Amino acid sequence: MANRNRPLSPFMLGTSYRLQITSVMSFMHRATGIVASVGAFGMAWWLLAVAAGGQAYADAAACLGSPLGMLALFAFTFSLVYHLLNGIRHLMWDVGMGFELPEVYRSGYAVIALSVVLTAAIWFIALRGGA
Amino acid sequence: MSETKTPDAASRPRDFRTPVARARGLGSGKTGTDHFWWLRVTSVALVPLFAWFIGTLVSLVGADLATVQTVLARPFNAIAFALFAITTFWHAKLGLQVVIEDYIHQRGLEIALQLLVTFACAAGALASLYAIARIALLG
Repeated sequence: MANRNRPLSPFMLGTSYRLQITSVMSFMHRATGIVASVGAFGMAWWLLAVAAGGQAYADAAACLGSPLGMLALFAFTFSLVYHLLNGIRHLMWDVGMGFELPEVYRSGYAVIALSVVLTAAIWFIALRGGA
Repeated sequence: MSETKTPDAASRPRDFRTPVARARGLGSGKTGTDHFWWLRVTSVALVPLFAWFIGTLVSLVGADLATVQTVLARPFNAIAFALFAITTFWHAKLGLQVVIEDYIHQRGLEIALQLLVTFACAAGALASLYAIARIALLG
């Protein structure tokens, strides 16, 4: 608390800092984490509806099946998948693997590609009517 | 260096407080890695739980209520779902805490949001456990 007027995060965005894939992915990790957290409350709400059954479940199912509900579910799926894969990338850094810049970029592109593929695969199976 | 003081300390006005007095109130030295560690522990646990969660939900697409209840009531699924709910809300609480610490610079709002996140995540986890118990035990 020495200098109360010091600049605070994220002051440098857009002024003196050029975004790169590494910082964008770091930011995305937080953003997807927030979306996934919101989705966790959606999961609790859905579980309560399943437990209550009857009209409560019918309403929840109709809500999730609506275009807006499907969009929310899609955002939830992608956020979970991205956060999981990038989280594994973070865990590997935690044990000291993949710290060289070319490796950081390679794992970053791998996470983005795998997130898209895995999200698409989940939705392909789901929209075909379940596994 | 013959001087014991750093140039930085010498240029500042004299401070008669002891180093420990200056450090006090700025955070604990005993639980410093707790937050970091439990964020990692929960994230490791969430890797297999996530795979099970997505697999189970995708298998339930298009199923009717009775099927959903029967599948979730199976002992393995009920326990896995309970673990998933606890770990997810715990991890969410720890993660959101950092986001608030980093980006909310107004002290009152920051504390209000930290309380909100803590209470909401506790309520979310408890509501999930209640629902799972009701599905599994009462059918």
